[in-house]
Amino acid sequence: MLSKRIIPCLDCDLGVPEGRVVKGVEFENLKASGKPTFLAEKYYKAGADEIVFLDITASKQKRETMTRVVEKTSEKVFVPLTVGGGIRSVEDARKLFNSGADKITINTGALENPDLVNKISNMFGSQATVVAIDAKRRSVDSLEGSSDLVSVETEDGEVWYESSFYGGSKFTGRDSIKWAKDVEARGAGEILLTSMDRDGTTDGFDIPLTEKVSRELSIPVIASGGCGNPEHIYEMFEETGASAALAASIFHYERYTIGEVKDFLEERGIPIRK
Amino acid sequence: MEVSILDYGMGNIKSIINALEYLDARPEVVDDPGDLDGERIIIPGVGAFGDAMKRLEFFRDKVRELGESGVPILGICLGLQVLFESSEECPTAEGLGILGGRVVRVDTELDLPHIGWNSLEILRRDSPLFKGVQNGYVYYANSYHAEPEGDLKTALSEYGGEITASVQEGNIFGTQFHPEKSGELGLKILENFLEV
Repeated sequence: MLSKRIIPCLDCDLGVPEGRVVKGVEFENLKASGKPTFLAEKYYKAGADEIVFLDITASKQKRETMTRVVEKTSEKVFVPLTVGGGIRSVEDARKLFNSGADKITINTGALENPDLVNKISNMFGSQATVVAIDAKRRSVDSLEGSSDLVSVETEDGEVWYESSFYGGSKFTGRDSIKWAKDVEARGAGEILLTSMDRDGTTDGFDIPLTEKVSRELSIPVIASGGCGNPEHIYEMFEETGASAALAASIFHYERYTIGEVKDFLEERGIPIRK
Repeated sequence: MEVSILDYGMGNIKSIINALEYLDARPEVVDDPGDLDGERIIIPGVGAFGDAMKRLEFFRDKVRELGESGVPILGICLGLQVLFESSEECPTAEGLGILGGRVVRVDTELDLPHIGWNSLEILRRDSPLFKGVQNGYVYYANSYHAEPEGDLKTALSEYGGEITASVQEGNIFGTQFHPEKSGELGLKILENFLEV
């Protein structure tokens, strides 16, 4: 049986030598919490099922992606390494794969040029092609008369989800659930689904969003945004079809270790790799 | 120890190079059959069977010859599948035919591709790859798997049906999962291959 995956996410600012890992509160107010290579190796040894690097400065400031950090990390980390941030072309993706990335994740590049998903998937395989979707709840009023929006029942009533790009600073008007189905058809192998409403809050995952996308798609969904404790991960796995939980601050600030999270889930019957 | 890694343009080989270097082996990336002179050969690969066979045609005779001469060969993921005679994924393509049997789509009600960590059930503990290896989790990304003839299957995983996790016949080995991405357990399997 497949285990559920626990994935620490390292949001990296590469504006300093060797980079530093930051964790935003709702994508703003960046705080440093360590060097990417060091943290990745630490999480690998602690039992992380995969490591995600996101170059959060790349889209905003059009920086080159993190080739050197990936090279150093992949020499010591023997679980899948997923890298994203600022990938706009097959060449950008190729550079990361050649440096040791196992998967790349694209958001802005895909929204601006959806064919990029097809191209990367054809060239490197769907298993290496992750599309990141940053989804923001929107009032259902704006749903009226539009067949392009999918409404979802939440604790706030009915909402739809709008996809964002450029690190959460711009919005596309595009429905996140429809976009997820579109990229699946284009060859995406996984969806990294972030709730912008929950990201950085530690209030728990956006369950209705995660449930809707994981039910509509047959490719794995990685739930992200809002994880504050192991209960949140347990609740999310119980109530949705997601394959993996992504978390940042609970690990970076050492509120819980990966081992503690895995013990908690295993005791409650969630299949976990140990 | 020098290990030849076949580079035939099907996916990323950097992770395999990293794992071998970590194990103090000397990986040599080879894109010409004339340069296949390592003490071990690894056939990597992700992607589609048909494309792979087109690109591998060039290597066919040399790889078969080395296999017959006793050089240990390890196929990983798609690299395992190409060792067989044919695949449902592309019925017109002829596999290397080093192992008997064919490749079929995973028979399951669950979602495909099968991506993530699955538990490994070792069937043949005497297989050198599993020396000192306990049952544990390994990392997969596949929709197809081998249906080998005879008792070549050395381990399996469950995914709403059985998946052939690994095969062996003499000096020819294959893993459907990615040992280079399967943590300490995977590294141990690669280390065992170097010691065969």
